[in-house]
Amino acid sequence: MEAPEWLDNAVDLGTSIMAVEYDGGVIMGADSRTTTGAYIANRVTNKITPIHERIYCCRSGSAADTQAISDYVRYYLEMHTSELCDEPDVKTAASLFQLLCYSNKNNLMAGIIVAGWDKHQGGSVYNISLGGSMVKQPFAIGGSGSTYIYGYCDSKFKPKMTKDECIEFVQNSLALAMFRDGSSGGVIRLCIIDKNGVERKMIPGNNLPRFWEG
Amino acid sequence: MSSVGSGYDLYVSTYSPDGKLFQVDYANKAVENSGTLVAIKAKDGVVLGVEKLVPSKMLCSGSNRRVHHIDTHVGVAIAGFLADARQLITRARSEAKNYKSTYGQPIPIKVLSQRIASYNHMHTLYGSVRPFGCSIAITGIDQYGPQLFLVEPSGSCVGYFGASLGKGKQAAKNELEKIKFSEMTCREAIKEVSRIIYSVHDEVKDKDFELELGWISTETNNVHQIVPKELHDEAEAYAKQSLEDANM
Repeated sequence: MEAPEWLDNAVDLGTSIMAVEYDGGVIMGADSRTTTGAYIANRVTNKITPIHERIYCCRSGSAADTQAISDYVRYYLEMHTSELCDEPDVKTAASLFQLLCYSNKNNLMAGIIVAGWDKHQGGSVYNISLGGSMVKQPFAIGGSGSTYIYGYCDSKFKPKMTKDECIEFVQNSLALAMFRDGSSGGVIRLCIIDKNGVERKMIPGNNLPRFWEG
Repeated sequence: MSSVGSGYDLYVSTYSPDGKLFQVDYANKAVENSGTLVAIKAKDGVVLGVEKLVPSKMLCSGSNRRVHHIDTHVGVAIAGFLADARQLITRARSEAKNYKSTYGQPIPIKVLSQRIASYNHMHTLYGSVRPFGCSIAITGIDQYGPQLFLVEPSGSCVGYFGASLGKGKQAAKNELEKIKFSEMTCREAIKEVSRIIYSVHDEVKDKDFELELGWISTETNNVHQIVPKELHDEAEAYAKQSLEDANM
């Protein structure tokens, strides 16, 4: 008898993730669908993972790989914090992700967006792509769903948005991606990071923006 | 001589009954015999100055450097054995490189100093090694601003506004204590450092010396440099002048 396909396929984060700088911090957003092939293994996944107090990452690709990488980075960053006697910079965290992703590129499937707030740079967003390159960007999108919203994001993004403008931008972008992309969906999870700390939000699947329906 | 350490100085790892490590104390003696080193942390950067004693007239000027670069944003000066310090410099350079390739940014001066201090400290723990016969002043500018640290043979690492080492340590310290570091620029500090080194130089015991100056400031784009010739000459002239004025 043929085994069901969800047994054969790896747990994959067919995903829509993004992170955006705004005036005073960053907003990270993600859908919540985890699939094994066509089977939805989890519909309320949390793909925004804490690395440090004010540094988070959005994970896409293999769930196992990205979890393992972020566990390593969390550990290394904690060690680094003790040596520094200070909060680490977002760039430091991003560099650690890059180091792991680049030196193990043949064995990993990981596309990660690192974002957060530090006292030297304020809010910043780093994109660590599949091969292990690290690029600082004013906003970054990732995962399978992101391909559908490049144009939308490029046209709607403005530097120095207010927090509310930025939340709306992230919500709308992700809703569009989740609507078109079969392997993205569920709820929208948001993570707002600024100098005061971290605020997490969840928009249920039945309350997603529907502005494009006309 | 046989009673000097009464047997407590045969290993670095042996304490004397009154809680001293004689080998470490002897290492500090090597530092005390060296030419004076003066360092000032000014508001826009840090200045290093060393009185490099010249043991022979036949020595090429500029040899046996006591001011060295570690990374673009870090410089060190040495008091004590140059050969021992070379080991620390090599280590510091590799620590700086290593930090940068791991964390993607320049090593903070404090972290570098603490790592070198740990390296020094390791050499106070085992019978198979001896402590380094040198202290180094580590200076630089990082995201926390200008920094100055002294790292000693014992493995201690302390931050300073102004510091001195070597033969004229105490005399230089007395001069340094009169200075308001927070109101001083690097350009002024170069002159002060030169003046202090000239004033503490002992002409009777040590005939010849070369003044070595290093600095890093916002003026040098946060890059550590040997002080350029014009500034060096100006500072040296100022130092000689104030020495003459004092002798009048």
